[in-house]
Amino acid sequence: MSGVNDFAFKMATVNGTGSASANNLLMHAIFRMGIPVTGKNIFPSNIQGAPTWYEIRVNKDGYTARPPEIDVVVALNPSTYARDVADVRPGGYLVYDSSWPIDPELVREGITILGIPFGKMCVDAFENDRDRTLLRNIVYAGALAALLDLDMDVVNTMAKEKFSRKKSLLDANQRAIRLGYDYAKANFTCPLPFHLAKMDKTADSIIIDGNTAAALGAVFAGATVGAWYPITPSTSLMEAFTTFCEHFRKDEATGLNKFCILQAEDELSAAGIAIGAGWAGARSFTNTSGPGISLMQEFLGLAYYTEIPAVFFDVQRTGPSTGMPTRTQQADLMSMAYASHGDTKHIIVFPANPEECFYLTVLAFDLAERFQTPVFVASDLDIGMNDWMCKRLEWDDSYVHDRGKVLSEADLAQIKTFSRYLDVDGDGIAARTLPGSSTKGAYFVRGSGHTKHAAYTEDSDAYQEVVDRLLRKFETAKKAVPAPEIHRHERATVGIVTLGGCRSAVLEAIDRLREQGIVADYMRIKAFPFDAPVRDFLDSHNVNFVVEQNRDAQLRSLLTIETGFPRDAMIPVLDYAGMPLTSKVVVDAVTKHLEGVPA
Amino acid sequence: MTSIAKPPVRHPGLRKNALGLTTRDYEGAMSTLCAGCGHDSVTAALIQAFWELDLPPNRAAKMSGIGCSSKTTAYFMKQSHGFNSVHGRMPSVTTGASAANRDLTYIGISGDGDSLSIGLGQLCHAIRRNVRMLYVIENNGVYGLTKGQFSASADIGSTSKKGEANLQPPIDPVLLALTLGATFVGRGFSGNKAELVPILKAGLSHRGFALIDVISPCVSFNDHEGSTKSYKFTREHELQMTEADYVPLRREISAKVTGEVITTVKLHDESVVRFRRTHEAYDPTSREGAYAHVRECQRKGEVATGLLFIDESGPDMNAIAKTVTTPLAALPFEDLCPGNSALQKLMGRYR
Repeated sequence: MSGVNDFAFKMATVNGTGSASANNLLMHAIFRMGIPVTGKNIFPSNIQGAPTWYEIRVNKDGYTARPPEIDVVVALNPSTYARDVADVRPGGYLVYDSSWPIDPELVREGITILGIPFGKMCVDAFENDRDRTLLRNIVYAGALAALLDLDMDVVNTMAKEKFSRKKSLLDANQRAIRLGYDYAKANFTCPLPFHLAKMDKTADSIIIDGNTAAALGAVFAGATVGAWYPITPSTSLMEAFTTFCEHFRKDEATGLNKFCILQAEDELSAAGIAIGAGWAGARSFTNTSGPGISLMQEFLGLAYYTEIPAVFFDVQRTGPSTGMPTRTQQADLMSMAYASHGDTKHIIVFPANPEECFYLTVLAFDLAERFQTPVFVASDLDIGMNDWMCKRLEWDDSYVHDRGKVLSEADLAQIKTFSRYLDVDGDGIAARTLPGSSTKGAYFVRGSGHTKHAAYTEDSDAYQEVVDRLLRKFETAKKAVPAPEIHRHERATVGIVTLGGCRSAVLEAIDRLREQGIVADYMRIKAFPFDAPVRDFLDSHNVNFVVEQNRDAQLRSLLTIETGFPRDAMIPVLDYAGMPLTSKVVVDAVTKHLEGVPA
Repeated sequence: MTSIAKPPVRHPGLRKNALGLTTRDYEGAMSTLCAGCGHDSVTAALIQAFWELDLPPNRAAKMSGIGCSSKTTAYFMKQSHGFNSVHGRMPSVTTGASAANRDLTYIGISGDGDSLSIGLGQLCHAIRRNVRMLYVIENNGVYGLTKGQFSASADIGSTSKKGEANLQPPIDPVLLALTLGATFVGRGFSGNKAELVPILKAGLSHRGFALIDVISPCVSFNDHEGSTKSYKFTREHELQMTEADYVPLRREISAKVTGEVITTVKLHDESVVRFRRTHEAYDPTSREGAYAHVRECQRKGEVATGLLFIDESGPDMNAIAKTVTTPLAALPFEDLCPGNSALQKLMGRYR
């Protein structure tokens, strides 16, 4: 399978020892050689001392999903030797620290074992313990550079960029790289049969994580109020928003901020702040993960019923409860779609990668204001925290943000009386005013039963009139949210439906399946609610697979509830153990199912 | 029951304020609370305070949570925007609104259940952030809307209507606010409008979080013998610490010459609050002193009222967040979106 510019390698280390910078160096150097590359950080819910892994996939064809196989494992964490050795594909390579005799756990038939005395070389070369620990990572990066034929000019340029202001660090890092590089060159046949060779496939790409891209989207969308409570894996979103705001949103004359970021006391408060700001006319958001979504349920119902815009980022992690906070999942689909008590439904957009995190975030702010309602951006840990290669982000300077129906003073002057929840245009969307408007536009927001004039009511008809209009508004939203991404193929016999970050693995799986003679159409859900094309796709296949990362086939349930398509006519392909999806899971599930189904 | 609009009858003799508005213009819908409810007296005091301050109704926003007290935001300033949110969460909604539009006067009305039980956390953190708002707790020691359960402000030994005694210690919002660093703390009694109105006016002008606890008896469930939040009990045990005389900038009135010591505190809007020390040596600018006095009164079975503490020196939330003086909600999009050339420059960092 593996070959030039088509392989994967993995570093097994202990967290808190500085391996991240070495892994980052390797990935970015490959990217700068023009070769498509992906990195997956598999890290513990811990600050120091627990096992951590970093997987780098190099793929000339641009497949960016988690690799189905690992060609080289660098095993530097004795506590995970057994499983790390087992992860090497047959015929693959294992690199270990030969400063000490080899651990029996590392010995395995059918693979090539390369010993490099990382620890010893660092003790000999560097003075203090800190350098010896940190630079050990750079030494393995150097060794891999030789084994994989990494362009050393690129590596040296990157080191110079990174340590341009710290000469001593630059020297130490360059020495460490050489140590590993020279040792590998002197002791092994370099490069390995699979290795790197310069390409020109990353010129219009960037490497970015989804939380950073989403934060950038919030800046470009004009969001000014961000409220949050720290929670993995969404924390870096607000951190990035803060950094971008500090950069782009300082008033030049006064140095004051054109933004307000509030770290709340909990997620309830974060939701309340976002809603209060949305009501008062700012573009506002909160970012959280599953446990936070649970805490925000009451406020989400209030915002839905009182029709207040705000954007909610759910960077999903493995649940239920605290679950595995540093592992990925798509298991909040139901809790987002119908968040809160009573009859509630919410608009959700599902970015598939960081690039879409940027664009769909901008759209989410428009949708929230246009439909005067909470809008979810459903990301996950894999998209949010991992570095993805994606297309360079572009901004259309002619873009006009959609503030929805907000009555100006001039608008108010033209109407006799203002009724907050009156459907004047027949699209289910009533016009709003902002606090501070003239007294004619004043109205009373209440989560209690209200009439179309915003007055308190316990009258059945008056109550129902409002909630029925909310349903019409949701119908209107179906046409406004992004349509699914659909690829149809002639002679397709099955349909594969998926969403979010599963995209890359499913597209790769469809290519693999075609090589095996199974032609599949593809539909990726990009938003909730679903419009007619979703049902049409399902109707046009005798067999539909629904690929998602949760145990209970939540997307499948949503499809049944909202489109009426029979639940049992969709075959679930579920991968919910916390790791990003691989194409292998999809290929295996589809082929296994089809083997059991007569053609 | 549905809210009832009041008939628009205007008495020709009603005085007008600087905006040409009468107190009727600051009224709201007809109250649906029980006859004699202390909360209606607080509403009346608020209306008087808004009128006296010449507060433009469209520049104010009324904020509340859930409960009898929270309902009262519908009963004043019908020409203002109002937000009756969820139980105990009004502080966060107001925080967000204040972040988005710092130019409005935020009037939060809450109760002891809303603020001291379900919303205790939100209250504490709004105090810590020093959100610029008036925060009134209409405190009756009881859950009225659910018919008479003890609230967290009920005193030990205070009995319910059914006769059972409360055995848990109370949370006193005044002591709580003082320990959390609140910059304005007062207490009033719904039955003493003359005292309450100046405190409310001072709170409305405070640049920061102004907490005013108002003992406001529940005539239906907590106004019996044995209650420590009844009209009778409060009247008998109220001890006024300071008499606040709020003097707005535009209508400075000369202070009455008395033999008492007067402390003058200048608010940020240049208006002035004068404290008449009716209690010997009471200093409303001393946090420790305020705390000690309130505790001492409690020990003696007295309710300390008046403007108990004020500190005008602390920055409010928007000052801490260093937000621009223009409300964020009013910033034009062109001011917020960096545009494509800035984005392309930034993209270089991700290569």
